[in-house]
Amino acid sequence: MERMNTGVQPAAKVASQPAGAAAPQSASQRPVVRLEHARKAFGGNQVLNDISLSVSPGEVVAIIGPSGGGKSTLLRCMTLLERLDGGGLWYGGFSAGEDGELAVARPASGDPRGRAVYGDKGALAQARQRFGLVFQSFNLFPHMSVMRNIMDAPLVVQKRERAEVERQARGLVQKMGLAGCEDKVPCQLSGGQQQRASIARALAMNPQVLYFDEPTSALDPELTGEVLKVLKQLAAEDTTMIVVTHEMAFARDVADRVVFMDGGVIVEEGPAEQVMDAPAHERTREFLSRFSG
Amino acid sequence: MDISTMAGMLLEGFGVSAQVFALTLLGSIPLGIPVALARLSRFKPLQLLARAFISVMRGTPLMLQMFAVYFAPYYVFGIQLTTQSKWQACIIAFIINYAAYFAEIYRSGIQSIPRGQYEAAEVLGYSRVQTFARIVMPQVAKRILPAMGNEIITLVKDTSLAFAIGVAEMFSTAKALVASQRSMMPFAISALFYWGFNFLVEIILGRIEKKMDYYHD
Repeated sequence: MERMNTGVQPAAKVASQPAGAAAPQSASQRPVVRLEHARKAFGGNQVLNDISLSVSPGEVVAIIGPSGGGKSTLLRCMTLLERLDGGGLWYGGFSAGEDGELAVARPASGDPRGRAVYGDKGALAQARQRFGLVFQSFNLFPHMSVMRNIMDAPLVVQKRERAEVERQARGLVQKMGLAGCEDKVPCQLSGGQQQRASIARALAMNPQVLYFDEPTSALDPELTGEVLKVLKQLAAEDTTMIVVTHEMAFARDVADRVVFMDGGVIVEEGPAEQVMDAPAHERTREFLSRFSG
Repeated sequence: MDISTMAGMLLEGFGVSAQVFALTLLGSIPLGIPVALARLSRFKPLQLLARAFISVMRGTPLMLQMFAVYFAPYYVFGIQLTTQSKWQACIIAFIINYAAYFAEIYRSGIQSIPRGQYEAAEVLGYSRVQTFARIVMPQVAKRILPAMGNEIITLVKDTSLAFAIGVAEMFSTAKALVASQRSMMPFAISALFYWGFNFLVEIILGRIEKKMDYYHD
C-alpha cells in the first residue's frame, strides 16, 4: 500500500478560504475537498444551513455533535449520495502536476449562496474517483469474498490491471490485519473484521480523501478498538480523512481538527485540543460534558 | 392393452409436456427481467403498462390466454391458422403468462436488496448496469430461489392445460386412453410421471440452493 499523499504533513491549521478567493496555490496546499455555503433541506426541515468546510491534504477532521445535527447528511452530500440545494462542492486535483479543481456543484449565477448546479454525469463520476466512504453498517457485498470485495471496483470501474490490483489488495489485507480472511465471505467475519475489510475496499480505489460515517457505531467496545487502531495508523500515514464519530477520545487524540455540528450549522471548529478541552461555545461544552460523565 | 404399453404411450406424450415446460422456462425466465424492471421504472407510463400486463396475466386463466393467442391472428389480422399455430400459441401463452409471475418474483427480490448495497456501489463508481449485474442480480438470485421453485413445480403441472387447445401432451393422451380402455390406470400413471418429474426438479433446485448457501446476509 503506497501512501496516498506524498510527503504532505498534516495541516493543523484551518484552511478555509472565502468563496471566490482564487489565490493561486500549489497542488499540495490546495484543499482536497471544499464545500461552500452548503444548504440542504428535507421537506421543510433545514438539515444543512450554510455550511462551509475545506480540508487540506493529510488533514484528519472529526465531525462530532448530537444526532440529527446534520453530520451524516453533510457526509452524504459530500459523497454525492444526496444533492445540495444550495452552495458548491469542489474536489482537488489528483496529483501535483494536475491543475484546477473539479467542480461537482457550483452555486448558480455567481451568488455563493445560490442554488447548487451540479456538473454532468462525467464530472460526478470523476469526483467519485477522488473519495472513498466507509459506512456505519459496512455495506460489504455479501456474495463476494474479502478479496473480491476489495478488487472488484478497481477492476471493473477503474479497469486496472488484475496483477497490480491483486498485489495492492494483498497488501491491504495484510495492513488491515485480515490475513487468512482473503477467501472468506463477510458473514464469516466479525464486525470489526468486516469494517476493516470495507476500509480496505475504499482504500483500493486510491482515493484522495476517505470519509467515515460513524465507523464504529455498530461495533462493541473491543471491536471498536480494532477499527480505531486502523484509523490511527492511516492518520499517521497522512491519509486525508473526514470522520463522523461519537468516539470523543478518537477525536481528541487523532484528529487535527474537530468540527462540532448542531442544528444544521457548524457551531464551532478548531484544533482538536482546543475544541475538545476548551470549547468556546456553550452548546459544545454542554454536548461534551455528557461524554466526560 | 397392458400397463407397459399405456406407459409407453404416456411417456411419448410426456415428451411433449417436457418440451412445453422447457421452452416456457427458456422464454419466461429472461422475459421476466425486463417486465420486472419496467414495473420498477420511475417512468410512469412504462410502469403502468407493466402493472396492467401483470394484472391481466395473473388475473385471467392461462387456458383463456392460450385461446386468445391462438385466435387473435385470425380475428384481428385475418391470418390463416395452420397446424403449427396451436403449438405456437400454446408456447407463447405459457411464456408470457409465466413471465408475469416471474417478474413479480424478481421485483420482490430486487426490492429486498438493502439500500446500502446500492449506495456502496454508487460511491465506488459502479454504473447502474454494473450495479445490477454484479451486485444486485447475484443476491436476488439467491433470495428468490424458493419462490422460483414453487412456480417451476406449478409449471410442470400446468403443462396439462395445453390439452385444452389440442396440443397432444401427456394429459391428452391419458384422457384418450381412459376413454378407450375404460380404465383409470392412465390417469394414475400420468400422475406418477408428473410427480416423478417434479421430484427431479426438487432435487435440482435443492442442489442450486446448496450451491448458493456459501453466504448469508
